[in-house]
Amino acid sequence: MIDYHFDWTVITRNADKFVAALGLGLGLALVSLAIGCVIGLAAAYARVSGRKWLSAPVWAYVEVIRCTPLLLLIFFVYFGLPEFGIYFLDKTQSLILTLSLYAGAYMSEVFRAGLASIPKQYIEAAKAIGMRPWQRQRWVVLPVMFRITLPSVGNNLISLFKDTSLAAAIAIPELTFTARQINANTFRVMEVWLAASAMYLATAYLMAMGLRLLERRYASIR
Amino acid sequence: MGFTIPGTFGFELWQARYSLLRGISTTLFASGLTIVLATLLGILVGTVLAYGWWPLRLLARAYVDILRGIPVLVLILFTYYGLALFGINVPAFWAGVIALSAFATAHVAENLRGAVQSVPTGQMEAAKAIGLRFPQRLRYVILPQAIRRMLPPWVNTGLEVVKGTTLLSVIGVVELLLSTQQIVARNYMIIDFYLVAGLLYLIINFSIAQLGAALERRFSYLRY
Repeated sequence: MIDYHFDWTVITRNADKFVAALGLGLGLALVSLAIGCVIGLAAAYARVSGRKWLSAPVWAYVEVIRCTPLLLLIFFVYFGLPEFGIYFLDKTQSLILTLSLYAGAYMSEVFRAGLASIPKQYIEAAKAIGMRPWQRQRWVVLPVMFRITLPSVGNNLISLFKDTSLAAAIAIPELTFTARQINANTFRVMEVWLAASAMYLATAYLMAMGLRLLERRYASIR
Repeated sequence: MGFTIPGTFGFELWQARYSLLRGISTTLFASGLTIVLATLLGILVGTVLAYGWWPLRLLARAYVDILRGIPVLVLILFTYYGLALFGINVPAFWAGVIALSAFATAHVAENLRGAVQSVPTGQMEAAKAIGLRFPQRLRYVILPQAIRRMLPPWVNTGLEVVKGTTLLSVIGVVELLLSTQQIVARNYMIIDFYLVAGLLYLIINFSIAQLGAALERRFSYLRY
């Protein structure tokens, strides 16, 4: 460290790569969260449906995903699916599939808690004014549930964004992979990793701040 | 099962038994070490976070927030490549354990802070009133209550650590995932051996979760 000389030009020279990589990571996180929310919502409804044949497989899905390391899941989908004859996924699609399934398991727990926290009276009131079951869900349960779960969804987005760093393991050029590659090419260890860390940190913070604004706007029920 | 016919699952699994065992023991050793280190350091940092002198508290806050905002993989790679620059030549395993511990410490600290601050202020005041010194108040009044509340997130952090040890494979530590990959590279039975690894992780994590649930039941008699 004593004779380490910082040379930040390695960052400025590769700034476009870093920015593109960060954008890719964000995109992956957002797409996976969107698909994960759909999966999670379906899974949450299956869990609370009260039908054993629906809730048991979903329970198994959630537990298996939550107890298995993400990196293993990524490898399993990326290397394993072709064994089943599924060749048409490229590495980005395979990662999105994995991350979506992963996020879906976590989101299902979030939504399940959200569904459980809806006061009984809301549904009774909706029944009393003559709403059909799907109308009750569409106009009463879901809007309230989304407001209640917004903070957890936001946290999941941030942790999903951090999890996109694992895409480096299957050579998707997101921030970690790019940093690693530039590190290997130039061996400017400190600059590269400090820059990558700072970018992750700044993005996570901006996301957290944006989500807090969103929460202030939507999360409270007036 | 065909343990004698090469190319069958039974045979290959038997061939791979030592690799898998070594992988599991590395995973368990790294996880255990990390959990112990992170718990001890996390309680320290968490206490500073809750009661520390303000410059120290600011420092602890910065540490916790920075480490929680960076992906573990980046921390591991940074530690692995970065420590060498300081003239500290640690093997990959220790670099990984240090990075994972630093990460888990931040989580434990934040959990402890939350738990400590959820203990009613009356408890602290009562402890002051009967003349306990600060370390005594912490040791006999606050921490026993806080640690009970911290138990569920602490178990979750433990699960995260076990899952996080897979990231050590990226810097070449032969833990369960990397040893599985080596086995797969040898016999090309991708599905079978990733399923085996997945099942092993599932068993490890499910037992930790069950253990956590049992601990929670054991210590949940305290209610307000």
